Amino acid sequence: MATVSLEKLVKRYGAVEVVHGIDLDVADREFIALVGPSGCGKSTTLRMIAGLEPISGGNLRIGGKIVNDLPPRSRNLAMVFQSYALYPHMTVRENMGFSLKIAGQTPEEIAPRVEEAAKTLDLTHLLDRRPSQLSGGQRQRVAMGRAIVRQPEVFLFDEPLSNLDAKLRTQMRVEIKKLHAKVQSTVIYVTHDQVEAMTLADRIVIMRDGHIEQVGTPEDVFQRPNSKFVAGFIGSPPMNLKDAEIADGHVVFSSGDRLPLPSRFRDRVTAGQRVTFGLRPDDLYPAGHGIHSGEDADVYRHDLHVILTEPLGNETLVFSDFGGAEWVGRMLNPRRLVSGEALPFCFDLSQAHLFDGETGKTLRG
Amino acid sequence: MNENTKARLNGLLLSAAHKIGLFLAMAVICLPGLWIVLASFRPTVEIMAKPPVWIPGDLSFDAYVAMFSGVGQGGIPVIEYFRNSLIVSVTSTAIALAIGMAGGYAFARFRFKVKSSIFLGLMLTRTVPGIALSLPLFFVYSKLGVIDTHFGLIMAYVALNVPFTIWLIDGFFRQVPKDLAEAAQIDGCTRWQAFWQVEFPLAGPGIASAGIFAFLTSWNEFALASQLTRSVNSKTLPVGLLDYTAEFTIDWRGMCALAVIMIIPALVLTFIVQKHLVSGLTSGAVKG
Repeated sequence: MATVSLEKLVKRYGAVEVVHGIDLDVADREFIALVGPSGCGKSTTLRMIAGLEPISGGNLRIGGKIVNDLPPRSRNLAMVFQSYALYPHMTVRENMGFSLKIAGQTPEEIAPRVEEAAKTLDLTHLLDRRPSQLSGGQRQRVAMGRAIVRQPEVFLFDEPLSNLDAKLRTQMRVEIKKLHAKVQSTVIYVTHDQVEAMTLADRIVIMRDGHIEQVGTPEDVFQRPNSKFVAGFIGSPPMNLKDAEIADGHVVFSSGDRLPLPSRFRDRVTAGQRVTFGLRPDDLYPAGHGIHSGEDADVYRHDLHVILTEPLGNETLVFSDFGGAEWVGRMLNPRRLVSGEALPFCFDLSQAHLFDGETGKTLRG
Repeated sequence: MNENTKARLNGLLLSAAHKIGLFLAMAVICLPGLWIVLASFRPTVEIMAKPPVWIPGDLSFDAYVAMFSGVGQGGIPVIEYFRNSLIVSVTSTAIALAIGMAGGYAFARFRFKVKSSIFLGLMLTRTVPGIALSLPLFFVYSKLGVIDTHFGLIMAYVALNVPFTIWLIDGFFRQVPKDLAEAAQIDGCTRWQAFWQVEFPLAGPGIASAGIFAFLTSWNEFALASQLTRSVNSKTLPVGLLDYTAEFTIDWRGMCALAVIMIIPALVLTFIVQKHLVSGLTSGAVKG
């Protein structure tokens, strides 16, 4: 097993720089998720680690050794592709044993390792089929099987679940988590789905435009986002982020609506400062239909008109108008609401975030 | 008659019309070939009869027997012609395929300067009719001293076939997902191994069809071969057909018999390779 270190890693295509000198240390046996919107450089970074893209600058170390110029086969890693990339002219057994065959192992040596991996992934009954005879989920498992047969130091996953339907995705997510617990290897997992990242990873790396925005545990990035971008990217539905100005110990929105300035930000802002106020839907709820996490004093009550609701069964997302913009709140133990209905809402300000209006960086300190 | 019966009847009629149409089309395509086979067994009088004699009255293997008889008994050096055809076609096809695979792979996988112009240039060579090349080629070959050699003919056919094989094979390599070669490299392959173990087998049907086309072009080519060959050392089967023409007569039966000898290897090859031509092998490689 191995550590992976990215030191000022750069990727350029001609004159265009797409990854701008990123630093990242992945510990041995750690599960790291790279997330970010399309085009943020996460897949390119993964491909540089895999050796499928040349590195334009900086160093890449696997197990402490610089591997910048080593071909993929010399890096001792396995990768699961978004498209699965199973060899269509080979059976599942041949697909899974291919790397061992290339490494010069005999059929007698290959067979038990393939069988063992197949057993782990419940693929034994499919070993003699071809990829075209398998369902999406089965192909996905074969791709993972092909990776674990090699017993590599590092596993790379490139959006492995994005071609599956929602139900199968949830199922495979659990499988991947179990697999990691079992094989105990270093995993670097690229996804644009923040739910996957949150549920699977030990630490999440949020990327944007070729830079790393924040690295942290799922709790960190959810509860203590470093920037407006991270706050908006992590969480579903996303955090309510509204531009405002500090005046008179209050956060004042464009319409003139105001909220008391949460106490923990009092020393961090000055009057007249442009800010972005952030509040997760969980912290904006109809009175009696939510849980506040701080002191009662931090809960601000205000009547809001319901614009729209999205009932989800155990909860309802409530869209309402405040400060000249639309806010989404989460109603636990929901009851039926009608559009236009006025309800007393609680703003749990102990959980509120403030970001600098110019830089988008957190003002939490 | 209710609507269901009417619809069913309509369906039956349409399917019958479809089959008759297909039969007629196939008949038009196959008839010349069948006529050649038939004519090789019939006396010239019957072949040339006007109005045509549809039902053969007198079938014999005389033409085939004569063909393999010695000089003076209507024989021609068919073995030599066959050997020449085989050497020239197989060698030129193998070379064209090797170049076509390398070129097709490069066009499908790599980015390089003026790629599209080179590709267009290759395609433009296809617009030149082969016969227009015969005179310049004759001059060049006579200076080089390669007239009436296998080498000369092979060179000409390789040049004719390469643009087409590159174009065809490029298309097939494009259909093989790039991910597969990358997965193979991660699985421990060198680039070369990834090509032979993964990409080559998947592009196989395309390479086989390019091979058939190249082989048939070389096997059937007449215009250039008739200019660039002189003797039994290098004359191919299509040129050999001319042996049946004399100053005032043409031995149609003998010619048809030789044509049948020519058709058989091409047919056999097509049948052998046909199963490899079935594409769809790549389904299931990536999400499906």
